[in-house]
Amino acid sequence: MLNFTLEKRPSDSKTMSYLSPIFAIVLTLVSGGLLFTLLGKDPFHALYTFFILPLTDIYGWTELAVKVAPLTLCAMGLMLCFKAKIWNIGAEGQFILGGLGGGYIALELMNAEGFWVLPLVLLFGALSGLLWAALTALLKTRFGANEILTTIMLNYIALNWLLYSVHGPLKDPDGFNFPESALFSEFATLPVLSDDYRLNISIFFALFAVAAIWALMSKTLLGFQISVLGEDKAAARFAGFKAERLTWFALLTCGALAGLAGVSEVTGSIGQLNPYISPGYGYAAIIVVFLGRMHPVGILFASMLLALTYLGGEMAQMDLALPKSLTGLFQGMLLFYLLACDLLISYRIVRKPSARLTSSSSSNSAQA
Amino acid sequence: MDFELLTNILFATLRTGTPLILIALGEMVCEKSGVLNLGQEGMVLMGAALGFIAAVVTGHAGLGIIAAILAGMMMSVLFAFLAVTLVSNQVATGLALTIFGTGLSGFLGAGYVGMAIEGIAPFPIPFLSDIPVIGKVLFSHDPLVYFSWLMFGLIFWCFRSTRLGLTIRAVGENPEAANAIGIPVMKVRYGAILFGGAMAGLAGAYLSLVYTPMWSEGMAAGRGWIALALVVFASWKAERILLGAYLFGAASIMHLVLQGLGFEASPNLLAMLPYGATIIVLVVIASDAAKAKLNTPLALGQPYRPQV
Repeated sequence: MLNFTLEKRPSDSKTMSYLSPIFAIVLTLVSGGLLFTLLGKDPFHALYTFFILPLTDIYGWTELAVKVAPLTLCAMGLMLCFKAKIWNIGAEGQFILGGLGGGYIALELMNAEGFWVLPLVLLFGALSGLLWAALTALLKTRFGANEILTTIMLNYIALNWLLYSVHGPLKDPDGFNFPESALFSEFATLPVLSDDYRLNISIFFALFAVAAIWALMSKTLLGFQISVLGEDKAAARFAGFKAERLTWFALLTCGALAGLAGVSEVTGSIGQLNPYISPGYGYAAIIVVFLGRMHPVGILFASMLLALTYLGGEMAQMDLALPKSLTGLFQGMLLFYLLACDLLISYRIVRKPSARLTSSSSSNSAQA
Repeated sequence: MDFELLTNILFATLRTGTPLILIALGEMVCEKSGVLNLGQEGMVLMGAALGFIAAVVTGHAGLGIIAAILAGMMMSVLFAFLAVTLVSNQVATGLALTIFGTGLSGFLGAGYVGMAIEGIAPFPIPFLSDIPVIGKVLFSHDPLVYFSWLMFGLIFWCFRSTRLGLTIRAVGENPEAANAIGIPVMKVRYGAILFGGAMAGLAGAYLSLVYTPMWSEGMAAGRGWIALALVVFASWKAERILLGAYLFGAASIMHLVLQGLGFEASPNLLAMLPYGATIIVLVVIASDAAKAKLNTPLALGQPYRPQV
């Protein structure tokens, strides 16, 4: 039946780890083309609309950067955690809490004037995200609770907290009963780079985070310790690294970065609190980290691709009358293909010698 | 509290716990074979979406259920191919399955949001449902509630006294040894994963055809994840899954209780309860780490390929 089999490589292939994302992107595009054909659309025109059309003018590129900023910020934090093999799925919740915490202060300081307002709001946002992540760190280090499940539960709690706030205490009293807060004052709004576009300075926060995390991981002992902890827990303990402290550090940093992303989003392109402050950036950032090979520069490029899936979804909705949820579908496909292609990093595909030989040898070679 | 309210609360608890039982039983079988499938949420959503679509298109809720089961199984084949055949990292693959399922279900179901259908009607069991209180609480449900009890019984029996149960456990405890005595490890794992997919798909159908007969994006609302916690909480024992699922069911319908008692509380705040309860449960499980370790299938989460 299958004439090919997998053979473990003597050591992992570095080339393949760089080629795998490219294979995955190509496979996603091919599958996307097939999907569009099935939906009765011209596949080339549809793929063009989804992946190229959003970037044909300056406005498109600024919109891309608007989405790259939160994705990169979340992904840089997640990278630290994943490097240490801490499966933090909680960037989404930390993002929401950042927006909520920062937004709360912005609403409290509605009538305050001065340039100290914005830094204070941003600080509070980052701090809120950090505290939300601290819960996970506490649950993991003190109680040993599985962080995948705790972070996901905290994501749902954060979302409900946001919903409660915009339906209740933080609802705009003059807002015709819409579940939205009042618009923030100009002193609590991130400055835009040009009046013609929505792009604001949060993209610099993201670039700064890329540089800072890169320096941390490649130049400092702390970064080295995080990598070792992820690769070999026993070795890390033997070397005297404090696993608990490293866990706290990775999670708190991620929380602060995701929180900053959240508060930048509400004080930036949104300008108020509403139930939709995140289109799933915290989850998409997980894909970004894997696609970017857990490297800051790779993550920046991967953020651009994932940001493009959001723009493409909007474009497909307008021009092709397809649902916006195409975005999630493309993101999911991308991650799936990536994981499949990653197999080629540690295995190579070889022809089976012969079916009979294999079946007899497989039952004999059980004990390795 | 008056008696009728109590009856209603117990009735609603059983209804709310049912999807959790289905998902958790499926995942338990999967984990017993050594495979950790974190894609439950995605499979449930696919089941809910396709079940609803099939019910709308064909006009038969029963066909919707079949479509949902098939959808869950198709999703689980994807997972099995990656995690078993291609020995990928099970945690990452499961996450991918959830992200993919969320996206695909949202895409497929986009045209069906807001539609209403006639869900699956309750099927009161003759005579038994006439018993006061107990009849209403236990025997006036829809067929899927009874089916969840049937599956519970089957799985309980399977792991207690059948060869199949033993085989699945052998594969999950020590795949090398199982392989050495001629158990087809990959096939058993494929089977267990497919079973998990079918159950998750069915749970999805329960949500979109029975519990709230409609489709909305992300309607599983984390039930797939809560069920994962439930399996650990139940230390891989079917009877404890049943108990745990009903406890969670009770936590999820606290708004009914509070309303009955005359309290007003924000529905969003009350919606946090099951998630908060899950975190507490996770802490309690972890506090007895030694015991948890004892019950965990030894090879859980470890990819295995017979050497060729």
